[in-house]
Amino acid sequence: MEEQYKMTEDAQRSPVIEPGYTFGTVTEKISAIVLTRPASNGWFLGFGIAFMLTMMMLYAIGYLFLKGIGIWGANIPIGWGFAIVNFVWWIGIGHAGTLISAILLLLRQSWRNSINRFAEAMTLFAVAAAGIFPLIHVGRPWLAYWLFPYPSTMGVWPQFRSPLMWDVFAVSTYATISLLFWFIGLIPDMATLRDRAAHPVTRIIYGMLSMGWRGSARHWHRYETAYLLLAGLATPLVLSVHTVVSFDFAIAIVPGWHTTIFPPYFVAGAIYSGFAMVLMLAIPIRKIYGLEDFITERHLQNSAKVMLATGLIVAYGYGIEAFMGWYSGDRYDAFTLWNRLHGPYAVPYWSLLSCNIFIPQVLWIRKLRTSPVALFLISGVILVGMWLERFIIVVVSLHRDFLNSSWGMYYPTRWDWMTFIGTIGMFLAAMFLFLRILPAISIFEMRTLLPEAEVKAE
Amino acid sequence: MEDQLKTGKREDVCPSKKSKLDLDSLRAQIEEANEKAGPEYWRSLEELAGSPAFHEALHREFPKGASEWVDSVSRRGFLKVMGASMALAGMSGCVRLPLEPIVPYVRQPEDVIPGRPMFYATAMTLGGYASPLLVESHLGRPTKIEGNDRHPASLGGTDIFAQASILGMYDPDRSQSVMSMGDQRSWQSFLTAIRGPLSAQKALQGAGIRILTPTISSPALADQLRNFLKMYPQAKWHVYEPVNRDNVLEGAKLAFGQPVETRYDFEKADVSVSLDADFLYAGFPGNVRYIRDFAKRRNPDGNMNRLYVVESTPTTTGAKADHRLPMRASDIDNFAHALAAGCGIGTHASLPDEQQLNYLVGVMQDLRVHSGSSVVIAGGHQSPGVHALAHAINAKLGNVGKTVFYTDTIDTNPVNQTDSIKDLVADMNAGKVDVLVILGGNPAYDAPADLRFAELLNGNKVPLRVHLGLYQNETAELCQWHINQAHELEAWGDARAYDGTVSIVQPLIAPLYNGKSAVEFVALLSGQADATGYDLTRAYWQKQHAGPDFEQFWRKSLHDGWIEGTAFGAKQVAAKSDNLNPPLAASTNSNSIELNIRRDPTIYDGQFSNNGWLQELPKPMTKLTWDNAVLIGPKMAERLQIKVEDVVELELNGKKVTGPVWIQAGHPDNSVTVTLGYGRTRAGRVGTAQGFDAYALRTSSAPWIATGLQIRKTGDTYKLASTQGYQSMDTPDGGHRPLVRETTLEEYRKEPNFAKEDEPAPGLTLYQPYPYKDEAYAWGMTIDLNSCVGCNNCMLACQSENNIAVVGKEQAALGRHMHWIRVDAYYQGDRDNPKAFFQPVPCMQCEDAPCEVVCPVGATNHTSEGLNDMVYNRCVGTRYCSNNCPYKVRRFNFLLFQDWETPQYKMMRNPDVSVRSRGVMEKCTYCVQRINERRIDAEREDRKINDSNHENELQTACQQSCPAGAIVFGNINDPNSRVSKLKAQSRNYSLLGELNTRPRTTYLAEVSNPNPEFPATFAWKPIVE
Repeated sequence: MEEQYKMTEDAQRSPVIEPGYTFGTVTEKISAIVLTRPASNGWFLGFGIAFMLTMMMLYAIGYLFLKGIGIWGANIPIGWGFAIVNFVWWIGIGHAGTLISAILLLLRQSWRNSINRFAEAMTLFAVAAAGIFPLIHVGRPWLAYWLFPYPSTMGVWPQFRSPLMWDVFAVSTYATISLLFWFIGLIPDMATLRDRAAHPVTRIIYGMLSMGWRGSARHWHRYETAYLLLAGLATPLVLSVHTVVSFDFAIAIVPGWHTTIFPPYFVAGAIYSGFAMVLMLAIPIRKIYGLEDFITERHLQNSAKVMLATGLIVAYGYGIEAFMGWYSGDRYDAFTLWNRLHGPYAVPYWSLLSCNIFIPQVLWIRKLRTSPVALFLISGVILVGMWLERFIIVVVSLHRDFLNSSWGMYYPTRWDWMTFIGTIGMFLAAMFLFLRILPAISIFEMRTLLPEAEVKAE
Repeated sequence: MEDQLKTGKREDVCPSKKSKLDLDSLRAQIEEANEKAGPEYWRSLEELAGSPAFHEALHREFPKGASEWVDSVSRRGFLKVMGASMALAGMSGCVRLPLEPIVPYVRQPEDVIPGRPMFYATAMTLGGYASPLLVESHLGRPTKIEGNDRHPASLGGTDIFAQASILGMYDPDRSQSVMSMGDQRSWQSFLTAIRGPLSAQKALQGAGIRILTPTISSPALADQLRNFLKMYPQAKWHVYEPVNRDNVLEGAKLAFGQPVETRYDFEKADVSVSLDADFLYAGFPGNVRYIRDFAKRRNPDGNMNRLYVVESTPTTTGAKADHRLPMRASDIDNFAHALAAGCGIGTHASLPDEQQLNYLVGVMQDLRVHSGSSVVIAGGHQSPGVHALAHAINAKLGNVGKTVFYTDTIDTNPVNQTDSIKDLVADMNAGKVDVLVILGGNPAYDAPADLRFAELLNGNKVPLRVHLGLYQNETAELCQWHINQAHELEAWGDARAYDGTVSIVQPLIAPLYNGKSAVEFVALLSGQADATGYDLTRAYWQKQHAGPDFEQFWRKSLHDGWIEGTAFGAKQVAAKSDNLNPPLAASTNSNSIELNIRRDPTIYDGQFSNNGWLQELPKPMTKLTWDNAVLIGPKMAERLQIKVEDVVELELNGKKVTGPVWIQAGHPDNSVTVTLGYGRTRAGRVGTAQGFDAYALRTSSAPWIATGLQIRKTGDTYKLASTQGYQSMDTPDGGHRPLVRETTLEEYRKEPNFAKEDEPAPGLTLYQPYPYKDEAYAWGMTIDLNSCVGCNNCMLACQSENNIAVVGKEQAALGRHMHWIRVDAYYQGDRDNPKAFFQPVPCMQCEDAPCEVVCPVGATNHTSEGLNDMVYNRCVGTRYCSNNCPYKVRRFNFLLFQDWETPQYKMMRNPDVSVRSRGVMEKCTYCVQRINERRIDAEREDRKINDSNHENELQTACQQSCPAGAIVFGNINDPNSRVSKLKAQSRNYSLLGELNTRPRTTYLAEVSNPNPEFPATFAWKPIVE
């Protein structure tokens, strides 16, 4: 199959891996980043900044626990502010990782092999960043465990009709599967690192993490089965998690939330923003660590195409929302549409349309699709756009709902910003550490892309 | 001196640091001190000798800093100091253990059942007028104010000031001790200090004594004052209150040659014409009763009345008008003349435009048809001429004796208060005043600016200045002696209601801070230093009601809350002349800007500045909290290019004041309204430095209406905290939301079901309906929008009943105010003369409540009786329920809003309602604590709540004190309950019924009664934003 694929590959399409590599050079190149290359000043600088931002986030959260939700901009009517916006944004970003590693694996898209590892890491860190928000956004965070169905002595259970309850299950399942999937995928590479590590401590740590991997055929057989099974489990999650997240809104009565289009449109939006984040990470990484041969133009192009496709689905979602606002004849829905276009938050809404719909259309141009700089910038624009989308959904829908008397405005406070930027810092800090201590590209999967790996049928 | 020695109270004070006693010098000092009348009762030889070390020790007895109060202390510091000093000073009033051996009660005292509240009848006064009250008391702690339902001036209703007085009583910022020159002193030391000057005055027959009081309706206190004046015949009693009735009394004098009180019967009035009179709002004498009477006549199925309001600043009364004519306050004089001329009273006036003329013609026709069943009522700030004309018109129409009654004034000293304080100031300037006793009030802050009262107090013009007051306010600061006054809920006394009925003021608690009441204070001046308020009040009434049945009479009066037979009878007054023609006020150039000075809707004249409930209560028309604003009309704002929250400078005759602008729809052009009571410098931690001081523009010659104002933009802006996001039912996209459904009487008769649009068919639900029919009770509520006058009383009643926190201006501006019931105000139509609507919004207790399904922990649940309950202990605070509540009635504790520390507030709270902490959602419960209490009572008696023998046994707090009776609550499973019958009316509709939330709270749509022959005054144009 792979062969067929390669044969039909047209001349213009750039390869998944540049020619001239052997098993040895691939292994050497990737493991060197972890084992032999000294950390550069740039790494320390980047990690230092990210770490400080993480500390800022912890400070903001500490103050929040001390004082209460009131330090944020949330109010009545806008009960949810940045916390939920950021939660949905981060969860969405995570989706690309799972999509790349699971769905593309099942679809035998071998080009995924060079980006799946760090895309999965990105998923994990994004879910971790997302997971902070639902816990800290509740009024009494020390009681947040009441959302879990634990056997309370009082016989009190969570209220299973609430979408927030479903969220708890969806997100925790997602985090568990993502972690397992990532870890299992890492085992063969851990063994490679164990074998190549010079320092005994390093060897012991990688040795433990590799869980006794010897690379026997039986190991490989079991590994492939487990990995495929997990991919099968993760695949529906890509669709379900954001569907459930969208239920937080779609189940509610609020105009602007109460929409059946939300599940597919949230999933598409999640993948959209996820690929944008993948590109924003991949482009600098391949440049700095000289991995252009592994993460090639082909990857960039493919990601850009996914973004273009999901972006159009998102645009369709906006269109349907607007159409239904008009077509339903419901005075509240109609006003919500009007308010997005002309109300006090019109600037964020028009920015959202520009960032998510208008600007990404340049991806139709092949030249831009293959330009790392252009892609980096467009990805940034999309990430901003997707954040704005969640802001519009959460804040702008709430700020003017049914009773005119209860309309209000939402202004984020510096604590909102500190927490948000802090999670970006945490995410980046985790990525920096990941790059230094784990192989950012799957070594053994890269090796399968080499011509040497092709087994001729006898 | 001898008996004072015996009875003088022992102070729990002893000097902690003693310097060595030098007996010889001490003896010499004691002898010396005795010669010049040293303290009568002394704790130690040092005190007797007046040694400075003792004074220092006394001073230091209290925690460091307690007696060195400076304003720059931070709020936190304030709380610490206050808490510490409370432990010593405050709590000593009620929980201090006596020194004598005590015995716990084995048999509990009669009537006291722990957990069951007691109700006592008493009264509070505002501007001299008593509001009859029933006060709920839990084990000796008053917790909630209700109206005295048997008293004709209340019939169960209250106003916001009465509701908030409970917080005023427990205010930890109230003055807690006798002060002199910044030091804490004892009551005894004051007695000593005052004796000398008084005996000096005795020789002069009191020629140097001046007493300044607010309006006093209390017969006992007036009697005390007159006694004092008998002892010091040359002394003078001056009366001044910033919100006074000068114009009313002068108007009566103009018409009848004597000051009389005017009483109206709105229940009999078919047509009422208000000339700038805000008679449906708190602060207007008799408003509670007037609202009840007026509301009774707003039933469109009965004989509906009609209200014409000609007014300047938009008020709630104007909002209830069937025809409102906005007019500058200074033009109303002219209109009154024209109206009088139309009634055949020989005055002359020409109306400036067609609109006014048309209006006048309409009003005239209606009045003529309803001769004898109409009322013309003038506002207290309108000139005496307008009042005189109103009297003449009422006489001409034959209303006197039918809807309008004249009685004696309830004011015991009905002098012109502006003249009175002017005389006082003249005497002070002339150096004739040696002793000035200020009996309550705050003239240093609120006297007319041109009299420079504060400067006079500050100088040496008056050698001895004594202030009795609830607060150590601006006036106290300038007096050598300040005596802490007892609050009306902690003192004995009496007062007259608007109809003259006397209520005995009973204390609900021993004075928290050992304050003295005005009666006790005046008795002291007259030489009865030990007389208690109880003895004095009782003695006065014993004189009035001599006879063997006095004890019975007294007990009955205390029990009922008023003394039978004390209401003033109607008085026959003859018009001074047949052809009344008061001078027409010089017509002002319509381009010159007038300044309207009004009492503030929530903090009145500033006496309630430190009351957090009133500060946070939205002003009924603007929904502003915590600030006063410069109100201008939309036209003027457009012309001057002023936006909301722009800071402007107002200049009147060289005096300048700056304040933020609020654009008020319906405000007349070229007119500016400011309200009094803000800009306090020594109000307390709540009221100090809120808003701007409009008194600076107020002179004795133009206390209410002044012309020649200049207004300038300063370029600054100032954040105002309004609790309502948007004040129109028209959305900015051009849509309209039928939140308040309304029609005219004519249309209503044609189409009685007009309010039923968008109601979904019953039973359209995916959820399994709960079988409420099997339950004994299903609670429901109706709110009659036609009766509601937007007075906000329900909000405070709820706040008091349910221990609702005050959040402060910053939080209120963010939209985090905590009121469980709010009154939404909407303006519709022409922005220069809109129709305003009020809509009280408590929790709707939806059958299919959107909040319930989304709570992840099940903290909000449906009960079998249909209540939507909040389980505070289970709430983790996701706020999802609030997001999903279409009515936005849920309130969240974003921060720790409740004050858990201050001991006074602990005493004040309703013990039946839990106090919510940070991070918890809360909302209206239909007063579930009252439901449960009554349910237990009823079950014990094996009957149902609110059965035929126990009607109105169960009322929610908002319902109980609603002066209009607009809120009805009850069992909708009982087809004969009042609420069921109201829900069956054609006017009944659900707010946002189309959402199929099936609310238990429903509204009775508003029906106005415009004059069918009247030219259209509303052009139904949407408000231009």
